[in-house]
Amino acid sequence: MHDMSAPAVHHHAPPTSFIRKHVFSLDHKVIGKQYYALALVAALCGMVLSWLMRIHLAWTNAAIPGLQLLSPNGAPGGVMTPEYYLQLMTMHGTIMVFFVLTTAPFAAFGNFFLPIQVGAEDMPFPRFNMMSFWVTFTAFIALMASFFVSDGPTLGGWTQYAPLNSVGSVGGPGQGTGVVLWMTSIALFCIGQLLGSLNFITTTLDLRVKGMSLMRLPLSAWAWFITSCMGLTAFAVLMPACILVILDHLAGTSFFVPSGTVMNDQLLPHSGGSTLLWQHLFWFFGHPEVYIAIVPGIGIVSHILITNMRRPLLSQRVIIYSMGSLAVLSYMVYGHHMFVSGMNPISALAFSFPTLVITIPATIIVLIQVFSLYGSKLRINSASLFALGFVSMFVSGGVSGFFLAQPSIDIMLHGTYFVVGHFHMVMGVAAMFGIFAGTYFWFPKMAGRMMNETLGKIHFWLSFVGAYCIFMPFHYLGMAGNVRRYSTFVDDYLQPLIPVHRWITVAALITGAAQLIFVYNLIHSRFWGAPAPDNPWEATSLEWSTATPPPFDNFGGKHPVVYHDPYQYGVKSSVGDYVMQASPEQVATEHEEK
Amino acid sequence: MAKFFAVTIIIIAILSAIPILRHTWDSPEDISTHGALIDEQMSETMAEAGIAFLAAQFVLAIFIWMYSNRRPDAQIKKFPGGAKGLVIGALLLVGAEVLALGVFGVKAWATVYLTPPAADAIPIQVQAGQFAFYFRYPGPDGKFGPIHPELSNEGSQNYFGLDPEHDPDSRDDVVTAEMAIPVNKEIHLLMHAKDVGHSFFVRELRVQQDFVPGVDVSLHFTATKVGKYEIVCTQLCGLGHYNMRAYLSVLSQSDFDDWMKKEAALQ
Repeated sequence: MHDMSAPAVHHHAPPTSFIRKHVFSLDHKVIGKQYYALALVAALCGMVLSWLMRIHLAWTNAAIPGLQLLSPNGAPGGVMTPEYYLQLMTMHGTIMVFFVLTTAPFAAFGNFFLPIQVGAEDMPFPRFNMMSFWVTFTAFIALMASFFVSDGPTLGGWTQYAPLNSVGSVGGPGQGTGVVLWMTSIALFCIGQLLGSLNFITTTLDLRVKGMSLMRLPLSAWAWFITSCMGLTAFAVLMPACILVILDHLAGTSFFVPSGTVMNDQLLPHSGGSTLLWQHLFWFFGHPEVYIAIVPGIGIVSHILITNMRRPLLSQRVIIYSMGSLAVLSYMVYGHHMFVSGMNPISALAFSFPTLVITIPATIIVLIQVFSLYGSKLRINSASLFALGFVSMFVSGGVSGFFLAQPSIDIMLHGTYFVVGHFHMVMGVAAMFGIFAGTYFWFPKMAGRMMNETLGKIHFWLSFVGAYCIFMPFHYLGMAGNVRRYSTFVDDYLQPLIPVHRWITVAALITGAAQLIFVYNLIHSRFWGAPAPDNPWEATSLEWSTATPPPFDNFGGKHPVVYHDPYQYGVKSSVGDYVMQASPEQVATEHEEK
Repeated sequence: MAKFFAVTIIIIAILSAIPILRHTWDSPEDISTHGALIDEQMSETMAEAGIAFLAAQFVLAIFIWMYSNRRPDAQIKKFPGGAKGLVIGALLLVGAEVLALGVFGVKAWATVYLTPPAADAIPIQVQAGQFAFYFRYPGPDGKFGPIHPELSNEGSQNYFGLDPEHDPDSRDDVVTAEMAIPVNKEIHLLMHAKDVGHSFFVRELRVQQDFVPGVDVSLHFTATKVGKYEIVCTQLCGLGHYNMRAYLSVLSQSDFDDWMKKEAALQ
């Protein structure tokens, strides 16, 4: 962990063949863009799935034209069966959590920009990096393949609880091959992320150029580093758990199915398994996973806000320590998903306390971000709008977590739409806003062209208002006791809530359609956007001191030297109110981190 | 645009708060002996969370309004107290909230989960299986006969896999599709999972508990008001999960005795 005056990475020659340049590339920038494209395709798939779910919830007997083509058994005549609803729901959650929220903020942006932000030519293990993308891509194919197997994808939710995940097809449609494909896909995904995390950690610790101390790293780099530490430990637990389920399916083991299980009037031959074991393994991964989804967003949004406020945050260190605290605490809270699971009720109290405590670093981050706005010179553009929107959404989503952290309240809210509202606010909206903000901010550097600002602002307004219209009512539904993962609402007390579901569905369809504006903007700007200058945002970090888009080895053979903190704004320099990290110009600055 | 954004945030925050303040979609009335603690916890949390939510959104909006479109020569100012004040404030405020709610919440939780059932609590067994709840009463001998999973048969309505021929304790067990309990009497609910994970949730009783295949868990509660309530499954159990429910009837003692007699005659 020291400055390196010469990078440790072995120079690899520029690629010449098409395959090496664009397909099996060793270049972290290409890999980053590949991850971004994967996340984009996954997001569109996940969004269409959510539309199908929402239409069915609002109008349960409606025939959705064409759905029978995707699955004649799942949707005869276009009318969704209960099992198909659950299958679509499972795929929606799995695709979004893994292939969008872990992939875009961390693997896509992190791969592209972490080496550049530390001043390196590439990651230290380019082959591992290439493998990490292609393994992740294979994982996506394996998952999507389950749509096309005999009885479709698994219907057990992205949480895949035991023993439903292990009893096989006797548990329902999709519970045989569908589960095996899911587990294989996710195990592969874990391997991909482990390979990626290795690269991120070693890049941050070993490849920083001269003058780039740890404290001079931009907050986005810190966020990727902290996230990759979580990734290494969390994915390492999920992967063996998935393998155990595969063994239960294919090798006659019984890790998760106890004796005495009767299905279809048949006593299953299993014995010795523990259903709670799966939950412990899954959530030990699952809780850090959701912080893996949000921490990059915190770093990216901080990075973007600072640039657009023209001043650093009130304290860089406090944000770093807070992100680190979130990461460490995230391992201690996982049992809050299991308060009513049947685990020892005293454990519930033990998990509740750190869950409440984790509010503190989260609050500190929001306070620092909000109160840094005070006295700033805020610039409004698509990137800063989404960054500010992130803050609003993170507050909304975080506040509902406060309820769920308390076991006694969880008695009423567990398994209801309150939980669904909470995680959609923080992940489905806040983390997505982080991805959007990062895109509008970094697209010029990645593609060499500017995105259309007008379309960006329209995208923002529809998304911001639309997301609140969709997800705020989820909390009210939960408080009324609306149970989640129901394909249809037949219970007496749920009937008066159906109009709320219809409102949500209409909002979701409109907000979803607005995302197509973003996709259009991306594609159109990629080919026909105005050429981007090297530093369109007058920003300071190392990615803005290189060419647009950066050359193969990032800095054109010249290793930058870092002279300044990452966020020297509000100063008087020869270029304006900022001084770039790599600029040797000395200006009067408020405070220099060493 | 910045000012419009600020106003939008404030409007959204206020609109979000209105259904809460108007109690439009609250929990139904509490018919349990322990629910008041839970409801109080919920109200306190709502007040604190609500204030935090509104304050944060308002301050965000106000700062966006005030500090956008400033003159190019305007000075950058630092919030008085800087990061240190905010960190200390967060530690104290949130820390106090966390301690208060955490400590106060222990009582509500302990009442439900960490106290044993009364010695004279009425034992009732509930079995959850794809996709129905069935209930078993021990009958006059007060004992439940053993469950033989290999004998379980939906077709012959032997939901629990009982063997009255060989198990005398099973002979007077009463199996029903609906749960009935006498009002103001403590119930000791023994929860058995037949196949996969399910959950038992009755909103009015303020109880929710997962069934754990392989482990028999239990709950105890007392209903304080006569009426008919819905028991719903809240743990994803397969395609029929949405339809998995039963009715809980809370009856006067005499009505319950009549119901028990009627059900016993149907066995």
